[in-house]
Amino acid sequence: MNGNILLSVEDVVVDLPTPRGNLRAVDHVDLTVGAGRTLGVVGESGCGKTMLSRAVLQLLPKKAKLSGRVMFDGQDLLQLPPEKLRKLRGRSLAVVFQDPMTSLNPVLTIGTQLIETLQEHLELDDAAATRRSVELLAAVGIPAPEQRLAQYPHQLSGGMRQRVAIAIALSCEPKLLIADEPTTALDVTIQAQILDLLAREQRRRHMAMIIITHDLGVVAGRTDEVAVMYAGRVVERAPTPALFKKMRMPYTEALLAALPKLDAAPHTPLPAISGRPPDPTRPLRGCSFSPRCRYAVARCQNEKPALEAAETKAHQFACFHPIEDHADANA
Amino acid sequence: MMPQSAPSISSDALLEVDNLVVEYPVGSRIVHAVSGVSLQIARGETLGLVGESGCGKSTLGRAVLQLRRPTAGRVLFDGHDLTTMQGDALRLMRRRVQLIFQDPIASLNPRRKIGDIVAEPLVIAGVKDPEKRKQLVHEVLSAVGLDPTLVVGRLPHEFSGGQCQRICIARALILNPEFIVCDEPVSALDVSIRAQILNLLEEMKARFGLTLLFIAHDLAVVKAVSDRVAVMYLGRLCEVGPSEQLFARPAHPYTALLIEAIPMPDPDIRPAETVPVGEPPSPIAPPSGCRFRTRCPRADQRCSDEMPELRAVAPGQFVACHHPLI
Ligand SMILES: Nc1ncnc2c1ncn2[C@@H]1O[C@H](COP(=O)(O)OP(=O)(O)OP(=O)(O)O)[C@@H](O)[C@H]1O
Ligand SMILES: Nc1ncnc2c1ncn2[C@@H]1O[C@H](COP(=O)(O)OP(=O)(O)OP(=O)(O)O)[C@@H](O)[C@H]1O
Ligand code: SF4
Ligand code: SF4
Ligand SMILES: [Mg+2]
Ligand SMILES: [Mg+2]
Repeated sequence: MNGNILLSVEDVVVDLPTPRGNLRAVDHVDLTVGAGRTLGVVGESGCGKTMLSRAVLQLLPKKAKLSGRVMFDGQDLLQLPPEKLRKLRGRSLAVVFQDPMTSLNPVLTIGTQLIETLQEHLELDDAAATRRSVELLAAVGIPAPEQRLAQYPHQLSGGMRQRVAIAIALSCEPKLLIADEPTTALDVTIQAQILDLLAREQRRRHMAMIIITHDLGVVAGRTDEVAVMYAGRVVERAPTPALFKKMRMPYTEALLAALPKLDAAPHTPLPAISGRPPDPTRPLRGCSFSPRCRYAVARCQNEKPALEAAETKAHQFACFHPIEDHADANA
Repeated sequence: MMPQSAPSISSDALLEVDNLVVEYPVGSRIVHAVSGVSLQIARGETLGLVGESGCGKSTLGRAVLQLRRPTAGRVLFDGHDLTTMQGDALRLMRRRVQLIFQDPIASLNPRRKIGDIVAEPLVIAGVKDPEKRKQLVHEVLSAVGLDPTLVVGRLPHEFSGGQCQRICIARALILNPEFIVCDEPVSALDVSIRAQILNLLEEMKARFGLTLLFIAHDLAVVKAVSDRVAVMYLGRLCEVGPSEQLFARPAHPYTALLIEAIPMPDPDIRPAETVPVGEPPSPIAPPSGCRFRTRCPRADQRCSDEMPELRAVAPGQFVACHHPLI
């Protein structure tokens, strides 16, 4: 983990002006991703996962205000001129969105899109770029790749489109791939295939990856480290095995408990988290989770807990009244 | 099309689907969306229906409610064949059945107030007294956990996905139906809101004595609420059985594949990389014999020659496979 840090997000804040007032989408987030490592970012809808990844990619809405520092591969992305940034994105910093149509152009063939990306970043002639495109489509599990080059995105299924988006993202051998809910819109079987594909390509290319999801099940077997976000902040962060062995933040525990369990009898009520996250334009003075937290004490309403290290330096959480023993808490 | 049948455990079937076929003409070709499905749902039971995108789940649900007239087959609701019913008789019967959609926000008219949206089925059913309608709307909104005074005057865009789904459930409940088709009611919701809505559906089911057809593509979600589960692939049923039994001992290779694909929240369980690459073939030209054979690790010659029929493999468990896992 240490030594070889590829991405470091330092004290990043994203503010969005809205008719209801300022909306703090990302609230003082610190994160690091080592070269070749996988970070999972987990949290409910609206907690700021996409805004955080867009801050890293420098693809925020125009009106957004960003502060803090984003260091990637030795460069401060906030200081980089737009032209250099554009080169970096798609070359060493790539992204896959939930909806593959966000990154695919509906009026261009798959082949044109792949070849253009390759030629924009690498010095390849047409023949070499075509050959490389076919290889990439084959690598992401697309049958009959030569024929696909002439097809348009709408002629493919959702799963196939996501594979093409991944092929384009991987085309220039990025050092970091950000996958923002790459499988949420897909079926479970296709989801498993896409996640396997990402894991395989990552190992092969020694690429670092950030997987964004709202499902703790997706990150459990597929990440080295997990950051749990709530209301714009990272509220717990730990190596994946340590997190699942001993969750300290009540929110993380609640997210896990809300998943349907395969070993529970049908009709077992799910321990749902009551209510919803707070309105991000009306930040709470105390812990943002306090209105929904079953362990909340008076202090939680008045003071914001800081993200601090627990028994090991790598395991951090922001809570005044952390869960002592995961086994007890579950009982 | 050969019949497929799966008797339910109880003989008191509220709904009986018999050899249902639904086809969509597209140009000169035909989409075989549902190809000879039979199933029963007992009064008070929840039958879960799972399968990949495009396998025909919504088509089946809509054909059951006669929102799409089937090409062939019968749908008996409380003993009456809905497929031959017309006009007033069908309208009266339709009050007893309802549908809840996957995309809660899109299924609400953006320009109408919540109070009017929820009252709409009452208007259609001819409840003329506005006071009576208002009272029923308030009752049903409270039942689904919303504060009527705060929501009736507002528009759909002022609500989150989870709240919109509560509103849709309220609208489906207002005529006191007996049977509801829930078409992926939680697929668009995130983990925590999903748990709230699943719990709400269970509560409503108990409170209003409902019978449910619960459609989803996520087996874990289906298991949480269903007494029995039917697994569908490319227009046909692969397997039907009691939920727990089906999970403990799946008989159909496709059921096993679906179970394997569920992401487990446990880092010690490394995801099995055994999921075969490939996607379902087109329902315009489904494979001969067993429709799953192009992705099945156990497929042999017989699977392409002969269509497997549903047959019992264990008490209450039926499978359509020449080489079942049990
Ligand atoms: N363009 C925008 N203008 C104003 N507010 C926005 C904009 N995009 C997102 N937001 C708000 O910023 C907050 C964070 O949103 P973000 O999209 O990062 O959440 P998320 O965690 O990715 O959620 P999801 O799981 O639904 O994708 C939310 O409150 C959202 O409503
Ligand atoms: N109106 C229509 N005209 C032509 N084909 C249709 C029509 N509606 C559905 N189909 C096709 O019928 C098949 C079954 O579709 P259906 O919507 O029932 O599947 P589903 O299982 O509900 O999928 P999903 O999980 O994506 O909702 C698909 O191949 C679909 O493309
Ligand atoms: S600080 Fe208090 S309210 Fe916040 S998670 Fe911890 S116990 Fe709950
Ligand atoms: S009938 Fe053959 S192809 Fe079909 S599921 Fe069984 S073994 Fe596989
Ligand atoms: Mg997002
Ligand atoms: Mg559907």
